[in-house]
Amino acid sequence: MLVLVTYDVSTETSAGRKRLRRVAKHCQNFGQRVQNSVFECLVDPGQYADLRAKLLDEVDLDEDSLRFYFLGAEWKRRVEHHGAKVAYDPEGPLII
Amino acid sequence: MKKLLNTLFITRQGVYLAKEGETIQVKEADETLLRVPVHTLQGVVCFGRVNASASLMGFCGERGVLMSFFTEWGEFLCRVQGPVSGNVLLRRRQYRVADDVEGCQAVVRTIVCAKVANCRQVLMRAIREEYDDSESLSRQVVVLKSVLERAARPGQSVDVLRGLEGEAGKAYFGCFQSLIGEGREEFAFQGRSRRPPLDRVNAMLSFVYTLLVHDVTSALEGVGLDPACGFLHKDRPGRPSLALDLMEELRPVIADRLVLSLINRQQVRTRHFRESEGGAVLLNEEGRKEVLTAWQKRKQEEFLHPMLEERVAVGLLPHVQAMFLARYLRGDSEMYPALLWKG
Repeated sequence: MLVLVTYDVSTETSAGRKRLRRVAKHCQNFGQRVQNSVFECLVDPGQYADLRAKLLDEVDLDEDSLRFYFLGAEWKRRVEHHGAKVAYDPEGPLII
Repeated sequence: MKKLLNTLFITRQGVYLAKEGETIQVKEADETLLRVPVHTLQGVVCFGRVNASASLMGFCGERGVLMSFFTEWGEFLCRVQGPVSGNVLLRRRQYRVADDVEGCQAVVRTIVCAKVANCRQVLMRAIREEYDDSESLSRQVVVLKSVLERAARPGQSVDVLRGLEGEAGKAYFGCFQSLIGEGREEFAFQGRSRRPPLDRVNAMLSFVYTLLVHDVTSALEGVGLDPACGFLHKDRPGRPSLALDLMEELRPVIADRLVLSLINRQQVRTRHFRESEGGAVLLNEEGRKEVLTAWQKRKQEEFLHPMLEERVAVGLLPHVQAMFLARYLRGDSEMYPALLWKG
């Protein structure tokens, strides 16, 4: 299934900037960055639970926020892209 | 059930693959071309001048993602193997069966029978679709049937079975040309040639078989079998004999039909090939991309597995068959059920 992860991490303090870097790192390990704080992660339920736990460990819920959107297995007809930085299709042929 | 994961193909020359967190980063000079999480992949296939970092290779080995390296023209160079995984007891069983004459015969017989039967189905399907040469095709179908009957007799030595397989291959490839509808001149085929392939059809067949070996090897490793210890193919250092064995039954169904449809649908044309001085005909970069794309799509198609009676993705067939083979070697089932395609 495809899960869209978005976050807002406060970067007022250096601790916040550190959280931001670490949140981005975890997201990158599970999916692709489609916009600045937006990741598309193709995961199974186990991997999703893992990702969710890692992110919740990282953020400070008094200052930051996290959102998960579930696009399911039929995500292709639910996503439309316009403009620059076209994303790759993680289920399509990956040829470079 | 295992999930069908994606394969990353690198055909661009001079790129560098590195591990970055749990992702594979594809870099060209200082630019990142792609970043893919390793958990979405089952294999990485690199052609030509592609570099990879040691830590990435180690990571792929650990995660069971098979990394293979080929020359730019698709000739196998090496694969990266991590720590041996799976079950020692299963591997020991495998070696014992491979050393045992009767055990070997039983496996080889089913594989050879399935291969011949599947080749026959490919021809019969073409006859149903009314190709011009259905008469010569029908003749070869009869030949294959007689080979099949002889191969199915119990108690035959592996050498006899190898001979029958060769006979079937000759009959099958002898009329392979008739299966090509469009562009007969462009895609003239006079029997199988390898190392190097001498015509366009052979170039495509060799390339697709290479891809299949990669997938079958990784499937065997996935269930804990040793891909190097075969029954039909003799052991030779560096040769994935068991993968080649398992491939026999899958080849007509997965690989040959893909090549035929690429030609007959005119997805692959003359401009997708290049000829080298020695007479070798090889796919060029554009051609390889065309074939790889079709290959990946084909793997996502579903197939009604006759034993499981369930729909499985074509790309998972090597895994399903590897699992059956492991079950048989472990003694959990009476016989190894080779894949029979019903046309």
